[in-house]
Amino acid sequence: MSEAAIPLEGVLLVSAAMFVCGTLCMATKRNAVGILMGVELVLNASNLNFVAFARYTPFGLDGQMFALFGIVMPAAEAAIALAIILAFYNTHLTVDVDRASELKL
Amino acid sequence: MQDPGLLYVIAVLLPLASFLILLLGGKRLGIVAAYIATAAIGGAFVLSAIGLVRYAREGDLFTASHHEPAAGQDHGHGAAAPAEEPSGGHGTKDGTLVWKGQIRWAAFGHDVIRLGYAVDNLTVVMFAMVTLVATLIHIYSIGYMHEELHEPVHDPLAVEPGEPPLERPGRFPRFFTYLSLFCFSMLGLVLSDNIFLVFVFWELVGVCSYLLIGFYYERRSAYRAAIKAFVTNRVGDFGFLIGLAIIWTTLGTFNFEEIRAALADGKLTGALLTVAGLGIFCGCVGKSAQFPLHVWLPDAMEGPTPVSALIHAATMVAAGVYLVGRFFFLFSPTALLIIAMVGAITLFMAGTIAIVQTDIKRVLAYSTISQLGYMMLGLGVGGWLAGLFHLITHAFFKALLFMCSGSVIHAAGTQEMPQMGGLLKKMPITAITMLVGTLAIAGIPFFSGYYSKDAILAYALHFWQQAPQTGLYGVIAPTLFVLAVGGAAITAFYMFRLWFMTFVGKPRDHHVYEHAHESPPTMTVPLIVLAVLSWCAGYSFGLGQPVIELALQNGPAGQGFTAHPPHATHELAGTFALGAVIVGVVLAVIFYGVRLLSPDEVAAQFPRLYRFLWHKWYFDELYAAALVRPVLAFSRKVRAFDWNIIDGIVDGVAYWTARLASADGRFDFWIIDGIVNLVGEVTYWCGERLRWLQTGRIRQYIVFLVVGTVAVLALLFYVTTLFAR
Repeated sequence: MSEAAIPLEGVLLVSAAMFVCGTLCMATKRNAVGILMGVELVLNASNLNFVAFARYTPFGLDGQMFALFGIVMPAAEAAIALAIILAFYNTHLTVDVDRASELKL
Repeated sequence: MQDPGLLYVIAVLLPLASFLILLLGGKRLGIVAAYIATAAIGGAFVLSAIGLVRYAREGDLFTASHHEPAAGQDHGHGAAAPAEEPSGGHGTKDGTLVWKGQIRWAAFGHDVIRLGYAVDNLTVVMFAMVTLVATLIHIYSIGYMHEELHEPVHDPLAVEPGEPPLERPGRFPRFFTYLSLFCFSMLGLVLSDNIFLVFVFWELVGVCSYLLIGFYYERRSAYRAAIKAFVTNRVGDFGFLIGLAIIWTTLGTFNFEEIRAALADGKLTGALLTVAGLGIFCGCVGKSAQFPLHVWLPDAMEGPTPVSALIHAATMVAAGVYLVGRFFFLFSPTALLIIAMVGAITLFMAGTIAIVQTDIKRVLAYSTISQLGYMMLGLGVGGWLAGLFHLITHAFFKALLFMCSGSVIHAAGTQEMPQMGGLLKKMPITAITMLVGTLAIAGIPFFSGYYSKDAILAYALHFWQQAPQTGLYGVIAPTLFVLAVGGAAITAFYMFRLWFMTFVGKPRDHHVYEHAHESPPTMTVPLIVLAVLSWCAGYSFGLGQPVIELALQNGPAGQGFTAHPPHATHELAGTFALGAVIVGVVLAVIFYGVRLLSPDEVAAQFPRLYRFLWHKWYFDELYAAALVRPVLAFSRKVRAFDWNIIDGIVDGVAYWTARLASADGRFDFWIIDGIVNLVGEVTYWCGERLRWLQTGRIRQYIVFLVVGTVAVLALLFYVTTLFAR
C-alpha cells in the first residue's frame, strides 16, 4: 500500500456522484436510450465500489472479479434492452418511455 | 323305432315345442297360434294312439282276465281264461311290459337321482285319454275363444257397475300358449317314472292352472280365484314334500319301481309308511280338490270354460287320483281307510252343495269334486281298478258336460241357470250331447258312468262285507257305502236339475232366449265325439269286461290290486245304485221336469238347511274366520311393528345423520370456507390499495425505487443507531 494511494473516501465520493448522476438520468430522461445510459452509470458506480472495497478485504481479487461480472453482465443486458427498444420503436415509432403505459390497468 | 317308449317322449315334447313357438311368436300369430297348438297336441294324440295299439299288441292288453285270482274270490266275468295264461310269445311276460329309459340327473353321495320315463298300461291309458280330450278341447277352444281375436275386447265383467267400460287387447295366442304348456306338463306327469319328476310336473300343471284361472285377470274375482287355487294347492304340496322327504331319507330313491321293490322288502313300515302315504295323499287332496282343500275348485271356474273342461275336470284334477293309483303300493291300510273316508265325505258334501247352486259351471265344479271323491273312495276301499276306470270315463263325460255348458254360456251370455230355460229348441246339438253327458254321470245303465260308478260301489260294498263288523271299521265301512249310494242319488238329482233348468221349460229370460243360438261346428263336433265316448267308454265290445278295465288290469301298473269283488256283491251294489239313481231322477223330474212341486217352496220349508247348502257348508267362511282373518290380523300386527319400530329406527338413524351432516355443513361453510375467503378478501383489499403505485411510468418507478431505498436505509440507520446506543 503506497503513500500516494487515493483514499477510500475519495473513490466512494466519485462513486456516489456517479450513482446519483445515473439515478437522476434514469428519473429524468424520457428517451429510453438515455435511461439505459443512466443504468450503465449506476452499475459502473457499484463496480467502482467493488474495486475500492477489495483493497480492504482479505479475499484477494474477488472484488475485481465481481467488477468484471459487473462489466460483462450489463453488456448482455444492454443488448436485450436495445432489442426491446427496437421492438418498442417498431410499434410506437418513438422511444419515449412515457408512451409505454398500455399495461397499466 | 327301436324303443317304442320314445314315441311317448316325442309326444310329450310336441306341446313343449308348440309352447316355445307360441311364446316366441306372441301376438303376431293370431289364429295361427291355435293351429300350431292343436297340431302339436293332435300329433301327440296320434303318437299315443300308435303307442296304444303297439302296447296292446305286445302287452296283451285286451286279453280277458289274466290277473292273479285272490283266494276265495269269484271272477264272474264270462271269459274263461286260466290264471297262468301263456304270454303272447313276443318275449314279453304278462304284466311286465314296461318301456322305459332313464338319465342320471344328480348324485348326492351314494344316492343318485335318475330321471326317466316309464310306459306301462296305466300310462298308456292315461296318455290316450289326456291327448284325446286335450285335442278335442283345443279344437273347441278355437271356436270358444274366437272373440279374443278381436281388437279391442270388451270385458263387462271386469268392471264394477258405474265404472267406465274396459277395453283390452285380445289374448287368443296367449291362451293357446298356456294350453300347450299345460299339455306338456300333464303328459310329462303321466310319463314320469319317478315321484320327483312327477312333483316337478305337478307344480307345472299347478302354474298353468293358476295362469289360466287368472286368464281374465282384469276381473277381481278371477285373480282372486287364481291366487286361492295356488295357495290352497301349496297347502297340499306341503304334505307332498313331507312324503317325498320320508321316501328319500328311508329308501334313497324316487323311482316308482324301486320304491315298490324296497317296500316289498319291508324297508319302510309302520307309522312312518302311513305318514309318507298320507303326505303324498295330502298333495293329491289339494290337486284333486278333496275335502278339506276343495274350496279352490269352484272358484277356479272363473277361467275360460275350455280350461275348466280340460284342467279342472278331465285331466289336472284327476292327477291326484292318478298319483294315488300310481303310488297305490305306498299306502298302508290306515292310509287307505283315510283316503276312503276323505273321498266319501267329499263326494257327499260336494253333491249336496251342487243341489242348490245356480251357476251352471259351479254345479259342474261341485259335481267334479263329488266324482273325484268317488274315485278316491274307490281307491281307498281297495278298488284300484274301479277308481281309475271312473277317472277315465269321468274325464270324457265331465269334459263333455263342461264343453256343453261352455256352449250354452257362449250362446246365452250368462252362467245363471235361472235365466235360462227352453234352450233345447235353440241349440239341439248342445242339448242332446249334454243329455248324454248327464245320463253318463248320473249312472244310467248303458252309459259309461254306470259301469265305472257301479264298480266303485261294488268295491265299497265288498269292503263293508270284508271289514270287521265291530269297532271303528264296523261304523266306517257301512257309512262309506251309504254315503256313496246317497251320493249317486244326489248326483242324478242335481245333474237332471241342471239339464232341465237349462234346456226345458219356458224361457225365463227373453233377452237370453232371443240371444241364444247353436254354436259353430268347431265347438259342436268335439261335443259329438265326446258324447259318443261318454256313451260307449264303459262297454266291453265283446271282451267280457269293459275294455278300459281290461287295459288297466292287464299290465304291471296294477299288479296285485285288481282283484274283483264277487259277482253277487257287484249285483247287489248295482241294484242299490240303480235304485238311488232312479230316486234321484224321479225327484228331479218332479221338481224341475214337470214341476209338480216347487223347489222354492221346499227351500222355504228348510231354510236353515238351504242356507247351509247355499253357503257351501260355510267352508269359505270357516277358513276366512279360522285362517285368513287371523293371518291378516297377525300380518297387520307385524306390519305395525315394522312400521313403528323397524322403520322408526331406520328413519331415526337417517334423521340424525341428516342433522349431523347439516351441522358439519354449516361448520364447513362458515369456518373453513370463511378462513379461505378471508385470506382472499384481505389479499384482494391490499392489492386494491397498492394498485395506485402502478402508474405505468418508468421514471416514476425509479423515483419510487430511490425514495423507497433511501427510506429503508434511513430506517435501518435509525434502528441501528437506536440499538447501538
